[in-house]
Amino acid sequence: MVNHVSLSETFNKDEERVNWHDETLWWVRQKRDKAVWQIPEWEELRDMASQIKMNALSNLHDYLLQFEKNALANGMVVHWAADADEHNDIVYDILAKNKVERIVKSKSMLTEECHLNHFLAKKGIDVIDTDLGERIVQLAEEAPSHIVLPCIHKKKEEIGELFHRFLNTPEGNADPQFLTAAARIHLREKFMTRRVAITGVNFAIAETGEFVICTNEGNADMGAHLSDIHIACMGIEKLIPQREHLSVFLRLLARSATGQPVTTYSSHFVRPLPGQELHIVLVDNGRTRQLGRPDFRNSLKCIRCGACMNTCPVYRRSGGHSYHNAIAGPIGAILAPNLDMKEYADLPFASTLCGSCSNVCPVKIDIHQQLYKWRQVLTKEGHTPAAKTAAMKVMAGTLSRPAVYRFAGKAGRWFMRNIPWLTNNRFNPWYKQRDMPAPPKESFGDWYRKNKR
Amino acid sequence: MSRESILAAIKQNQPESEGLPDAKGFVPICYDNPAQKFSEVLTGIGGKIVSIESTGEIIDYLNMHFTEADRFATVLDGIPGLEKLILPEDARALDGIEVAVIAAGFGVAENGAVWVTEKEMHHRVLPFICQHLAVILDPATILSNMHEAYSKIGQDNYGFAAFIAGPSKTADIEQSLVLGAHGPKTMTIFLLSEK
Repeated sequence: MVNHVSLSETFNKDEERVNWHDETLWWVRQKRDKAVWQIPEWEELRDMASQIKMNALSNLHDYLLQFEKNALANGMVVHWAADADEHNDIVYDILAKNKVERIVKSKSMLTEECHLNHFLAKKGIDVIDTDLGERIVQLAEEAPSHIVLPCIHKKKEEIGELFHRFLNTPEGNADPQFLTAAARIHLREKFMTRRVAITGVNFAIAETGEFVICTNEGNADMGAHLSDIHIACMGIEKLIPQREHLSVFLRLLARSATGQPVTTYSSHFVRPLPGQELHIVLVDNGRTRQLGRPDFRNSLKCIRCGACMNTCPVYRRSGGHSYHNAIAGPIGAILAPNLDMKEYADLPFASTLCGSCSNVCPVKIDIHQQLYKWRQVLTKEGHTPAAKTAAMKVMAGTLSRPAVYRFAGKAGRWFMRNIPWLTNNRFNPWYKQRDMPAPPKESFGDWYRKNKR
Repeated sequence: MSRESILAAIKQNQPESEGLPDAKGFVPICYDNPAQKFSEVLTGIGGKIVSIESTGEIIDYLNMHFTEADRFATVLDGIPGLEKLILPEDARALDGIEVAVIAAGFGVAENGAVWVTEKEMHHRVLPFICQHLAVILDPATILSNMHEAYSKIGQDNYGFAAFIAGPSKTADIEQSLVLGAHGPKTMTIFLLSEK
């Protein structure tokens, strides 16, 4: 069965790569820390961001109407999509109506969530992802493994090979500077020749009907400003009330993501260019359902910085693809079960519940507590593996009966001492990557009885 | 159209309204010398600071540091040695520009960003499509933080605007930083203090 455990095992076959992945993401986490320490009011900013998002979520109905009204007045075309299928149909209809078959797209986790590329490919539309990392995984026919660093699972030699195959770079050249320059030339030609650009949205402002896109590469701007038709796709939770609230979020986003003081470009789109069509697609796809779950609605505050992934001891060692969901890591593990409980029942268990994710979250989502709560919901709904449920029942029975507990402890110690292969074998998942501890001579209970005075 | 059903579901599921945070008593970081902090931060993110006393110094600097002088362009009036760009009908024709010289409304010390609206860009794509970007900035306009920035922006009715902080960049290949992803490979800020 494909789940987080089996996919992590695949990723862990290459120990050197796992170590590199682990250390590199931790380095990004440390860069975040250094940036944060420059801002004495950081904790207040996190509180403010969390409160602004709560205000937005608790008044989402009115803010969406306000946004729609202002966006229409600005000359945008506003679309509403209940789910991924409707979102994809809306995008395709715009393309079909204009007889467009080749488009550029900048980073949008929402379109990943909706599997837009796959859908459009089947309709014969050629989509070029223009974010360098996304272009790399697109050439490799893979999904992004991180929301901010899409190809962090790849080594430069593999990227050099891909570019040699698809962009005719010299064989064996894996220099990041050289490869980036090659991609710049390759993608500039796409910007110059394609008429439609799809982008994501980082923030949409109810008060002004504008939206903001943050990139370092400038690819969203190159695509959007050279297009005849710009389609911006956003989840409805991207809405914030007022323009001035951007000050709080733009201070938090890049520092949390990569340790930069701000992204290179924070672009504010209000009106289309003369003669240009500007579409905005507002997508629900399960968000209203999550809004109705008091324990989990905080997850909708997420601004997609990726800090929870960079700090997560499980993510760093299991890789983004082990989460088999568009959004990986701790935040992905609390968003995914809302989309499909059965499919993603394994994800809330892919955590040590250490709480590091909650500590770095710029909008103060209680991520590790939600992971714990999802475990309870999933177990109650019968989505946990039968073996695990049975084992838990045995454990609960043992722990609630002192005599059974004492006997089990004694038996365990005896077996580990006298027939060690009973526990030290490949059928025991605990033995897989570690040695079993040496069995103690006596239990704590026995020791305590002997030594209490 | 699913508009009505989405709105109805939100109305039903959204929690009781909670207020916006009270910003009273919130004191963001302020710098004694914002221009100095701005220069430090911008340099740290790959930008370049050049202090000048008149716009006449710009062309000398460009000639010294860039080639292809026939492809320098500005949208500003009265920069000695630089002809004002006539916008082509098709913005794609801007692709050949080597250095674009524009002005910014103000700068932000905490992150090295400058605020540029469509008015200063003339065409939205100009500061992105050029190979190198040069921005004239009055150091007296540099603010400490983003809160001051949005107070200054207020309800300005731009059609498009952007904070730009340094050259375009990527670190997507093994986290190795490369300047010049899709946009400008360098960003030069001319800090113009006229005497």
